[in-house]
Amino acid sequence: MKKLLLFGCAMLFALLTRAQQTFPVNGAWDIRPGQYAFINASIVVSADQTITNGVLLVKDRQIEAVGADVKIPKGYVTVDLKGKYIYPGLIDAYTTYGIPEASRQAFAQGGFGRVAVPVSTKPGAYGWNESIKPEMNVKAVFHADASKAEDYKKNGFGAVHTLIHDGIARGTSAVVSLGDERDNFVMINGEAAANYSFSKGTAATNYPSSLMGSIALLRQTYYDAQWYKNQKEEYNISLDEFNRTQAIPQIFEVSDPLSVLRANKIGKEFGKQYIFKTDGQEYRRIDAMKGTGGSFIIPLTFPEAFDVEDPFDARNVSYTQMKDWELAPTNPAVLEKAGIKFAITSYGLTNARDFWTNLRTAIDNGLSEKQALISLTTAPAEMLGVADKVGTLAKGKMANFIITSDNLFKKDNVIYENWIEGHQYVVSRMDVTDLRGNYNFASDALPGVVLKISGTPGTYDVNLERNNADSTRAKGTITRTGDMVSIYFDLKSKPNGNIRLNGYITKTSPLTFNGSGILPDGSEMKWSATYTGPASAERTKPEPAKQPINDGPVVYPFTAYGNTELPKAENVLFKNATVWTSDKDGILKNTDVLIENGKIKAIGKGIAAGSAKIIDATGKHLSPGIVDEHSHIAGSGGINEGTQAVSAEVRIADILNSEDISIYRQLAGGVTTSHILHGSANPIGGQTQLIKHRWGVLPDEMKVEGADGFIKFALGENVKGSNNGAVIGAARFPQTRMGVEEVYIDEFTRAKEYKAARAVKGNNVRRDIELDAIVEILDGKRFITCHSYVQSEINMLMHVADSMGFKINTFTHILEGYKMADKMKAHNIAGSTFSDWWAYKNEVAEAIPYNGKLMHDVGVLTAFNSDDEEMARRLNQEAGKSVAYGHMSEEEALKLVTINPATMLHVEKHIGSIKVGKDADLVLWSADPLSIYAVAEKTYVDGIPYWDLDKDAANQKTMKADEARIIQKMIAAKNKGAVTQRPVGRRPRNNESDEDDEFVSGDGVGQNNSNGK
Amino acid sequence: MNKIFLIFGGLLLSTILANGQATISPAKAQSKPVIIKGGTIHVGNGQVINNGYVAFDKGKITAIGEGAAANTAGADVIDATGKQVYPGFICPITTLGLVEIEEGARGTVDDEETGDFNPNVRSIVAYNTDSKVIPTVRSNGILLAQPTPNGGIISGQSSVMQLDAWNWQDAAYKTDIGIHLTWPVARVQGRRRGIPTPGVPQESPAERAQKAIAAIEKLFEEAKAYADIAKPEVDNIRFSAMKGLFNGTKKLFVNAEGAKEIVQAVNFGKKMGMQVVIVGGNESYLVTEVLKDNNVPVILKETQRVPDKEEDDVYLPYKLPKMLQDAGVLYGLTGIGFWRQRNLPFEAGEAVGYGLTKEQAISMITINNAKILGIDKTTGTLEVGKDANLFISKGDALDMISIDVDNAFIQGRNINLDNLHKQLYRKFADKYGVKADL
Repeated sequence: MKKLLLFGCAMLFALLTRAQQTFPVNGAWDIRPGQYAFINASIVVSADQTITNGVLLVKDRQIEAVGADVKIPKGYVTVDLKGKYIYPGLIDAYTTYGIPEASRQAFAQGGFGRVAVPVSTKPGAYGWNESIKPEMNVKAVFHADASKAEDYKKNGFGAVHTLIHDGIARGTSAVVSLGDERDNFVMINGEAAANYSFSKGTAATNYPSSLMGSIALLRQTYYDAQWYKNQKEEYNISLDEFNRTQAIPQIFEVSDPLSVLRANKIGKEFGKQYIFKTDGQEYRRIDAMKGTGGSFIIPLTFPEAFDVEDPFDARNVSYTQMKDWELAPTNPAVLEKAGIKFAITSYGLTNARDFWTNLRTAIDNGLSEKQALISLTTAPAEMLGVADKVGTLAKGKMANFIITSDNLFKKDNVIYENWIEGHQYVVSRMDVTDLRGNYNFASDALPGVVLKISGTPGTYDVNLERNNADSTRAKGTITRTGDMVSIYFDLKSKPNGNIRLNGYITKTSPLTFNGSGILPDGSEMKWSATYTGPASAERTKPEPAKQPINDGPVVYPFTAYGNTELPKAENVLFKNATVWTSDKDGILKNTDVLIENGKIKAIGKGIAAGSAKIIDATGKHLSPGIVDEHSHIAGSGGINEGTQAVSAEVRIADILNSEDISIYRQLAGGVTTSHILHGSANPIGGQTQLIKHRWGVLPDEMKVEGADGFIKFALGENVKGSNNGAVIGAARFPQTRMGVEEVYIDEFTRAKEYKAARAVKGNNVRRDIELDAIVEILDGKRFITCHSYVQSEINMLMHVADSMGFKINTFTHILEGYKMADKMKAHNIAGSTFSDWWAYKNEVAEAIPYNGKLMHDVGVLTAFNSDDEEMARRLNQEAGKSVAYGHMSEEEALKLVTINPATMLHVEKHIGSIKVGKDADLVLWSADPLSIYAVAEKTYVDGIPYWDLDKDAANQKTMKADEARIIQKMIAAKNKGAVTQRPVGRRPRNNESDEDDEFVSGDGVGQNNSNGK
Repeated sequence: MNKIFLIFGGLLLSTILANGQATISPAKAQSKPVIIKGGTIHVGNGQVINNGYVAFDKGKITAIGEGAAANTAGADVIDATGKQVYPGFICPITTLGLVEIEEGARGTVDDEETGDFNPNVRSIVAYNTDSKVIPTVRSNGILLAQPTPNGGIISGQSSVMQLDAWNWQDAAYKTDIGIHLTWPVARVQGRRRGIPTPGVPQESPAERAQKAIAAIEKLFEEAKAYADIAKPEVDNIRFSAMKGLFNGTKKLFVNAEGAKEIVQAVNFGKKMGMQVVIVGGNESYLVTEVLKDNNVPVILKETQRVPDKEEDDVYLPYKLPKMLQDAGVLYGLTGIGFWRQRNLPFEAGEAVGYGLTKEQAISMITINNAKILGIDKTTGTLEVGKDANLFISKGDALDMISIDVDNAFIQGRNINLDNLHKQLYRKFADKYGVKADL
């Protein structure tokens, strides 16, 4: 406490040593020279250069000289650092230091704070959406915070990058030093970077409510900003600032590797190279991370081990969590090995003290000390445009450096002092005299005692021994204040009780203490101790031998059933199968099918295998891969952007999640292609994405190459919010089927005007990515699949389409299609329905399982879809229900989930049937594929065996063994005293740790349950 | 607002009923003997009789065997040659008859009472025999059901109903057979947005669950003590409703999925001397010894679902019946919900691809369910003396490509297999001039 007070006083004086030209001074000016010479130190100038026995000269705020042969001019305070080290002050590349806490403005549905609003109500000439606030400016709100600075300074940081952690466009950040001076002095770079994220933060505007909405909003902002430069209609501070801050570094806070890729795609679209601040999972997709060309800011937030002693509880720890625990500490090393430039931040650590522990863990896991230093000095300095001021020790740079007892990264190293802008901050008093050693303890009261001081300066271990008959050994405690020491100990016998000593250093060679003390009985004593030699090594534990790192492999995707190596296309001859072609050949018995290089090569009898692997399919059935016209799997951050009636600008393609276990489960049900749709919360939803279930690849690699673009429309109860709870604030239009029609008429009218204007004035017309999608529909380049139930609304949309001049490709769900089948046929609109769903809400009160049969019989192109990860994986059975209800022929029934949906999706040339030249997307079934008894034994996508019943069993065994190995390791870690966490029943959803908080599906206006049926 | 809703809901309902299925009347009592001959008879207990016969009279099965029936005089004879004969399928744990439209029509939803502790509420009185859903379920061979209350901790009591009746009184097959309890789960509620109150230590999920369990135990102890009072000073109708749990006349159906919860519930039942049935039991395969040793059966909820955990076998829910079969645990099956119960035969069939035999799959939704519900003395198998609850399908009723129910009998009454869906099919087939191939 006393120390603190003293320190405070020192600071007060220090304040006066710097005067600011424009500021008045109360009293006499007190400008001090601030000249210091640090001699005899090992000076680590940078990761590449160390000077032994060097000199560092500091003058005022700057480094004046550094080198081995530097003359010390007169007037310098000389500090002898023999045996000690000087390092450049560390830089934390990502903090919110000195930023006032932002308050949450509103929840999507009330809560506290402001009610969610469709358009910003923030006063001022800002943009429409509160999550876009490039006008936010750290330098305007920053205020040095001495108590927060302490934590950073103790860890050796001299400067930090600080930002406002709120919103999608977060404005500019600053690099500041951690000095306690006036804010004017600590600012190193007042506009270091422009910052972004996918998280809307405290904004009260209800849009965006999804990750894809955030992406669309940011893209639209880039376009708006471009347009803004050359227009005269609008004054908009947000867009102005957005443009103004484009030239400085652009930092994007993301989470997992997939979100890095999402941000990177935006960057590429607008010619920006972002710096990515991540959650530290790059090791999961290191090649793709390297491919972004970006540099990274990574945390040291390594997960704690779980309590896994209870086998039932351990089931609540996912394979991903287990492997992450093991592999996350390797992340810095993996980045280093990949040659990616990265900075390390202490951001996200619950306790600042963990910084060094975790950094050393990273080093134990392969990170080089050199890279660690780079990532804490030059790398962040370069990223943030302050390399000319901080990061290394060179003439003219700021005098930011730390003095340490040893190599900075060594376990027992002590940071003594942290100098910030030529200003001393004492972390741990740099004792000129090391007290470690053995001493002859001389006292009449305690004859024959030896005093031993070991450990490290700052945390000395004290032991007292009496080597006479009773061999007394006792541990003591020493406190040192400058040259004063106090020691207490209890010898337990002769005498029993604490003996308390006071003393001071009277001589340094040999080190000698003199003092007095109080015995347990209260009587006084005198003592002295004289150094006799170094403390015996017996008490210093030998460094534990480095354990060989024995980590499991990374699997792709990073979840259960991931592959260590992706399977490859096989050339296979299926012999003697019952082949369901879903083509004009119908069902062929005892037939061979040959696949080669991912395509179907031949169909017939007695085909020669050549080099192909032969699979005896006698008694088995071979069908085309199942195609699901309506699915919502494999997406991140919500599949509805229902906050507006039209969200044509959002794209499922932006949020594909290749790590979703559903993909693997679809394969196990013979599903090879799925059409991933936006939900049905609004009349015009987002753009859809057709994917193949290529398990283990990256999101973009799942997309079906060259497929036509589709968009989701929706009608009825979901879009009018019928089944939602009470709405706070104004309900979103529309609330009736009457209003739904007007949304379409208005939107298409605007799109036509937009198209006409763009044709005349080109880019002078503001580019609107929402209307772009509608224009694509009008131009026949984008196709509609429309969620629909009752006949009135189906009829309505057909009329709107006729009058506005666009086509409807598919009505999806379309449970009353049987009532409108003749009209659908006349319009050449396909119907993708459920086999037998009904009664789950009022608009399906007359849904019947004969719907598919009736539409089919009338001549409508008909399919069955799932809308559900569970139903999807037995779509073959759903097709079978058309045999139960209406006695559809089996051949036609299977087409409902193969060639018919493929045709609706315009990919029938490549998939959907077994035909020579088509993609080898095939399923080998144990029985008639429509039957409840059929099991998908093998599923091929592009000739690649992604699902194999036998291989799955083997994979499961391997995974269980890997889990068991990690569990053993976790228990060992726990026994060694590692902090652990309880397994929780509910796991974090895949890969969206940060964003999930913002995007609770179905939580926005009009979203309840609307991703469902 | 509520009032408008209610009125609106009421109007809607009556309109629908008007054009619905007014012509589908409950069947009259069996007036003369019926003999089904020539069919493949699935007895329900695993036994199959090829080319067999079943005879029933006055609602009861009078004879069953191979070949031709001994006495056909005066009987209606149904030729089932090439067809399959099954005991009526039994659907436990359902909201059939309690819910008509799941969402957006609250007026049609009667499965969930307010409050945590409602052992006295009875599903039977809310059971709507005029539901349009019931005939669609019946058409797939489901002839008995257990409409079950939901919600709260103790949701209420259920009864077994036969699915062809004028009113709930006539429909009652076995009244108030059990009480439904949901076992507390130690689970984190998901991430909370709020900040915990400073200084207030947060309860761990396990502690929270343990508290809830303790509260349940205390409640049951009090109820049990109450049951011993011959004439209580103050009548507590909630406790009165629970009496049957302690004298063996009512079962305690406990919703529990996790292994730990199942073990806790089984032990609880043992301690209180109650007959426990586990409902759900997703992780029952992990604790089969406990279930077997305590003679506690499980009603699985759907085979057609995804596994709980990414690491689980992708087919785990399909394989679960076989795992319980092999472990010697008594297990039944429900298809959950109400309209979806027409898929119950397929939910059972699903397990066949993953190890169960077809006859075991049939047992799962006939005799096993009957035993669990305590109605096996009168139904669940085709045996002399039992009720004539049975149906004929042209093909394998567990498979969607072959199910085709053309005759069904409840207590010997030949029931009408028409339904709203068939009616609408005919109506629109007629509009387009295509054949309605029912």
